[in-house]
Amino acid sequence: MTDQKDTILSIRDLKVNFTTPDGTVNAVKGIGFDVRAGETLAVVGESGSGKSQTMMGIMGLLAGNGTVTGSAAYRGKELVGLRNNELNKIRGAKITMIFQEPMTSLDPLYTIGRQIAEPIVYHRGGSRKAARSRVLELLELVGIPDPARRIDSYPHELSGGQRQRVMIAMALANEPDVLIADEPTTALDVTVQAQILKLLRSLQERFGMAIVLITHDLGIVRHFAERVVVMRRGEVVEQGATSQIFEAPTSAYTRMLIDAEPQGRKQPPAENAPIILEGRDVTVDFPIGRGLFSKGPKSFRAVDGVTVKLRQGQTIGIVGESGSGKSTLGRALLRLLHSDGHYRFDKTDISGFDRRQMRSLRKEMQLVFQDPFGSLSPRQTVGEIITEGLLVHEPSLNKADRDRRAIAALTEVGLDPQARNRYPHEFSGGQRQRIAIARAMILKPRVVILDEPTSALDRSVQGQVIDLLRKLQSDHNLSYVFISHDLAVVRAIADHVIVMNNGKIVEEGDTDAIFDAPKADYTRALIGAAFSI
Amino acid sequence: MLSFILRRLASAVPTLFIVVTISFFLMRFAPGGPFNLERPLPPATMENIMRTYQLDQPLWRQYLTYIGNAVQGDFGPSYIYKDNTVAELIGKGLPYSIELGFYALLLALIGGVTLGTIAALRQNSVLDFSIMTLATMGTTIPNFVVGPVLTLIFAILLALLPAGGWGDGSFSFLLLPMIALALPQLAVFARLTRGSMIEALHADHIRTARAYGLPARIVVITHAMRGAMLPVVSYLAPCAAALMTGSAVVETIFTIPGVGRYFVLGALNRDYTLVMGTVVLIAIFVIVFNLLVDLLYGLLDPRVRHD
Repeated sequence: MTDQKDTILSIRDLKVNFTTPDGTVNAVKGIGFDVRAGETLAVVGESGSGKSQTMMGIMGLLAGNGTVTGSAAYRGKELVGLRNNELNKIRGAKITMIFQEPMTSLDPLYTIGRQIAEPIVYHRGGSRKAARSRVLELLELVGIPDPARRIDSYPHELSGGQRQRVMIAMALANEPDVLIADEPTTALDVTVQAQILKLLRSLQERFGMAIVLITHDLGIVRHFAERVVVMRRGEVVEQGATSQIFEAPTSAYTRMLIDAEPQGRKQPPAENAPIILEGRDVTVDFPIGRGLFSKGPKSFRAVDGVTVKLRQGQTIGIVGESGSGKSTLGRALLRLLHSDGHYRFDKTDISGFDRRQMRSLRKEMQLVFQDPFGSLSPRQTVGEIITEGLLVHEPSLNKADRDRRAIAALTEVGLDPQARNRYPHEFSGGQRQRIAIARAMILKPRVVILDEPTSALDRSVQGQVIDLLRKLQSDHNLSYVFISHDLAVVRAIADHVIVMNNGKIVEEGDTDAIFDAPKADYTRALIGAAFSI
Repeated sequence: MLSFILRRLASAVPTLFIVVTISFFLMRFAPGGPFNLERPLPPATMENIMRTYQLDQPLWRQYLTYIGNAVQGDFGPSYIYKDNTVAELIGKGLPYSIELGFYALLLALIGGVTLGTIAALRQNSVLDFSIMTLATMGTTIPNFVVGPVLTLIFAILLALLPAGGWGDGSFSFLLLPMIALALPQLAVFARLTRGSMIEALHADHIRTARAYGLPARIVVITHAMRGAMLPVVSYLAPCAAALMTGSAVVETIFTIPGVGRYFVLGALNRDYTLVMGTVVLIAIFVIVFNLLVDLLYGLLDPRVRHD
């Protein structure tokens, strides 16, 4: 093992600036820390903290309008200001990176074998053919099944987890000193996340490289890193050994991050609370590959005979990994897509309702989406966005009435009513999600389906949105269906949990029962991966 | 792959049929006819002519006859060029149009992609703005202006190149019409390439390539360029079909004996069979080039491979 004291990457007074039409943005404001040989250093912070831009700056990967100044020395060699052809001898060989987006970080047009071979050939010389045996070895090492066949696969033929393994193989190819992992598991399902982190740790034990882990997830940091650097708004707030940071943080910000895990529990509604929304034997088929000359339609069953009963005042959490059918189920319950099964809203059988018949009920059942950036029209003011539903559902209201309702709705979700004259891009992610919630609440619905409403938000903001949802629920006796892959959030907000996998219900029950004593193996694996990385 | 080609060719049959049917009736509903001259013919003569060309039959019968003959490769006689069948006219002119169109396509493609790539790599520089200004001019200035101006400069003032005709088919005769024909398409290719290249250069996998120390040459040519070519390749099909089936304007200005004139002349003279012949020709070119481009697309992009 290498000497722990040996500093291999030393960052001093590093600044990253971006020139924008609105002036210069100081993304990183003169920070310093060291990376020691063979250690795992976590750089932690919420979005906008500058943690990624620090690494991009060192590696010469900033966007065109970005500049980096200060010092970052790799084994005494200054990287800041280094010419590209000199820097190219270090990046990809001595310092390598893996990224957050395993889906897009690989070139879709070349086989993974070729892409892993490229840095080998470039940094070590030799032919692509000669590199092939090394690539096979690496694929084996990172646990890609059947490497001899997979080496000629294209990225789109692999799952997200496998693609991240391919990136790791590429990162290891030239036996680097430092591996920078920028949110390596954020885009992956929890069970896959656990596997990837385990892989990184075992590879580190074997090859002894230092890992710089950039993440917003303190759960990962606690189990994975030896030392931690906490960043906020371009500055280092605090750094030290992991145990010290978690047990005795010196800054209030670090304390807040640690405590940001969603708190509280939801009490179930009364036994005799009426059922407000019911879907029995919900089945959704998506047609695939129907062509002019192909025989008959093929289809993919996304949801397979699922029954959901939502009581007044209840919050049902639907959890599952990507592809489990949880979002599709949510849309089917709202009758937003073609599905089979029996549906009942309040006391009305809505199984056979068409779009026009459903329209009168839409006011009562609203939907809030995951992506607070994509789900608000960038060309409408916030006021127009949230009052649009009133135009359809309460046409008798005049402009002044609608404005009054908009003010009330914005106030209720904790935003300044002035916000209604501004555009979505002027707001942060958390504020946008409040706008999306206001858009649903202004119609005074009885059922709200929330599809990953907190997944794109930082933990500290998540907590605020959850508090808001709780308050709205108790004020208006709302019923929620809360769809999420984030088990910590679901545990805090739902009183009943449905675990889905491959379109079917694996297990369901009261929240405490599911989390404390899961019966199904799948649930156990899911919970194990989420809470004990 | 083979089954993909066969399926595509099979689906071309109904497409062609629909194109032919619509054109046939549209043409017939246009006022006038092939023999309505400024000084009307004597009724007896007119009747004779109508009978000879079977234009006195009911429309549906004429249609069926036309389809029946066309299926056997007989596109009928031209009404205006009376000594020739439509097939002969097209057969004679097509090689000229294809040769000229092919060179124009090469020029447009190579020139447009090169300029577009340079503009993308120097985004927002003076070079970028100059190239894009030229590209805008290329699309807006019609070739009946570009053609005569080129002739004036290179054929008359400088006397370097012939002003028109096919001559012995040497390159000097091709050069000016080729430029006039290629220029608007070159401008389109330049714009398309610039746009998709800028997008490609911002892709995550380009960041990966740079993070792994690959030299700029490999990052740009191997990784960015290939992805950026996909929209360009899509445009290749309609562009190739348009260029190789001849341009009435360019062929007239440079007196080239291609097929481009026939469509316009045929339509103006209500030369029903000649118009129908050119419509079928253009439709076949569009269908074939689309198929070729789809196959090429599959070679470039493994995600849409046809197997």
